[in-house]
Amino acid sequence: MNLTLHVWRQKGPQDKGKLETYPANNISSDQSFLEMLDDVNEELIKKGQDPIAFDHDCREGICGMCSQVINGRPHGHEERTTVCQLHMRQFDDGDEIFIEPWRAKAFPVQKDLIVDRSALDAIMQSGGYSSCHTGGVADGNAILIGKPVADYAMDAAECIGCGACIAACPNSSAMLFTSAKVAQLAALPQGEPEAKKRVKAMTQAILDEGFGNCTNHYECEAACPKGISVKFIAKLNREYLKSLVPTSTES
Amino acid sequence: MDLFKSTVGRKILMAVTGLMLVGFISVHLLGNLSVFAGADAINAYAKHLHDLGPLVWVFRLAMLGLFAVHITFGVQLYLENRAATPDSYAVQKTLVTTFSAKTMVFTGLIVLAFLLYHLLHFTVQITNPDTAAHNLPLVHGHLDVFTMVTASFQNGFIAVVYIIAMIALTLHIFHGISSWVQTLGLSTGTSQDKVIFIGKIVAIAYGLAYIAIPLLLLARIVK
Repeated sequence: MNLTLHVWRQKGPQDKGKLETYPANNISSDQSFLEMLDDVNEELIKKGQDPIAFDHDCREGICGMCSQVINGRPHGHEERTTVCQLHMRQFDDGDEIFIEPWRAKAFPVQKDLIVDRSALDAIMQSGGYSSCHTGGVADGNAILIGKPVADYAMDAAECIGCGACIAACPNSSAMLFTSAKVAQLAALPQGEPEAKKRVKAMTQAILDEGFGNCTNHYECEAACPKGISVKFIAKLNREYLKSLVPTSTES
Repeated sequence: MDLFKSTVGRKILMAVTGLMLVGFISVHLLGNLSVFAGADAINAYAKHLHDLGPLVWVFRLAMLGLFAVHITFGVQLYLENRAATPDSYAVQKTLVTTFSAKTMVFTGLIVLAFLLYHLLHFTVQITNPDTAAHNLPLVHGHLDVFTMVTASFQNGFIAVVYIIAMIALTLHIFHGISSWVQTLGLSTGTSQDKVIFIGKIVAIAYGLAYIAIPLLLLARIVK
């Protein structure tokens, strides 16, 4: 199939950047979206032009590196699919495709489609962990966790930190990402002791990193390639309310 | 305090004050609908409110506080969210959000502008002195609120202003009326869609009931 691509080209963080049009010819419907871009880049290199820079790593939908807004939707129009798992059979011959980077103040564009997502790391560093004593390896089943709780935590832990929720959010809010981490850890006995400190620190980090505030649009859930539910945002709000109530053991 | 600075804290303040304001418009609507029960009903309702005396002022100050918090943080959050999203996409498709959710700050400010006019019109009564209850003859010793309301809404311009404002209010609560359930952490994965659906239905019902008053009086279906 033959396609027309409109790709965001930006030389560096200071460059203004603009959309450029490229043909993508003789594309196989079996190729993934990234393989299609690889082909386009081969052609650009042969012509002596700068290839399109884009992020990718595992190409099996679990690393969260590929970050492209395709025709106005993060990771393209297929539900629960990362760009690397999006295949060209989902497109038709003659299609025009717009490819843009994630857009948010907290995600500055580095080059073309590559954005700097360290702001998500900063949110994690502010509280997305549970402190534990090092030493002998604990017995695997020393702490029993009920199946419903384990399932709930696993659903939250499915987040791959790609940032599609922020890219889709009209406010560029990182609430779904943060809530998945807060909910996962707060649900488990290992994370529970630090729950109050965590929810305060991580929600503060959202603002410190320049993300917006959540106003319940729910675009994040619709865009998430892992289907993370906004029920985790409700859980985060609950955890925040709990953090406002002092307990008898706190000084 | 953290509640006034945090992203979640301010969201909770928006939800709680918003919910209380919905409580206000619920009571206000019930009072307004007494216009359809005739002159005596609404005049008696107005008299009861007046007879509350100092309690009216306690209530007014509480309302002022609610509006101050809701508007201040609403505008502040809107400005922060704009700042967090400096560049727009060449192509952007939204999937689940609504026109109502995207225009909250604007519909809110329209309602604020209307509120100021509404107070000048029916409370201070300086915009239309001819039909102001202060200037109308007393009926059974009470202010004639009924004639003030019906005469006002038989003026096409005033009726249209009220109808437009009530459309803005409907759009505002179309998103807002169910949003607090999520914000206060009460929604679960399974209840979410139902709560949003019920919220939209309730918002439309409020809108229709509020619009019915100027519309039916303007069309002279109710006299």
